[in-house]
Amino acid sequence: MKMRSASTVLVAALMMFAGYAALFIAPDERTMHEIQRIFYLHVGLWVAMFTALTVAFVANIAWLATRNPKWDWLGVSAVETGVVCCTGGLITGVLWGKPAWGIWWTWDARLTTCFILWLLYISYLLLRGLLEDPTRRATLSAVFGIFAFLDAPLVYVSNRLWRTQHPAPVIFGGQEAGLDPTMGKVLMICMAAMVCVMVIVLIDRYRLERLRYEAEELRLEIENRAADANSLVTRSVS
Amino acid sequence: MKNFHFLFAAWIVAWAVFLGFQISVSSRISRLRDEIDRLKQQLQNH
Repeated sequence: MKMRSASTVLVAALMMFAGYAALFIAPDERTMHEIQRIFYLHVGLWVAMFTALTVAFVANIAWLATRNPKWDWLGVSAVETGVVCCTGGLITGVLWGKPAWGIWWTWDARLTTCFILWLLYISYLLLRGLLEDPTRRATLSAVFGIFAFLDAPLVYVSNRLWRTQHPAPVIFGGQEAGLDPTMGKVLMICMAAMVCVMVIVLIDRYRLERLRYEAEELRLEIENRAADANSLVTRSVS
Repeated sequence: MKNFHFLFAAWIVAWAVFLGFQISVSSRISRLRDEIDRLKQQLQNH
């Protein structure tokens, strides 16, 4: 518990420093000025989302290979956390798009692939809600999760493959790409802070899934004991 | 500071999304803990 409180305080401090760095330390961008500061939050959220969905992808494969319920718990927890990051990324993108492009939304390659990714993982969560049997639920959602993850690399390369409304990448974007060194450092701090927040939330979400499993096991045991007691009564009566 | 409200809204929304999720997870955890205690009690009474 002490370890958890300490890590939460540490992440909160890192987050506050990241916010301060993004708003006050990072230099002003020439064309967009202060609105460009959404960039540090927006990119941080996407990096956190890709990390969460990669964890989910690995957990889905591990569940299919081992059938250990812990992988299923990790899979669903990482997907839900990834969807939260994706929602944040989409909303911050919309709020950046309006002042930068003059429009809230456009069906450009990057935005569309991101929206499809969000829809795919929302479907994953809905699918889990529809299935009663735990093993069937875990297997079907793991298969669907692996299929949904195929869109993640497509999101990453979309603005490299198709030059539409979304800006070209500034990191790993070739010779013409680049970022001011201070902006780069602030971005790294913001990305680290967002990933740390995501991990803290993911750990809590995993704990919830473990408790759900424990409650399900207890319910089953009560049902079994009740059935045993009923059969004993029936036998003694006959 | 022409577009400051967009910048402000983006930061608020991002944190609200995380905070909302965290609150929902915490409340679900506390509900489940209560249910587990109740089930354990029920099991002992059997």
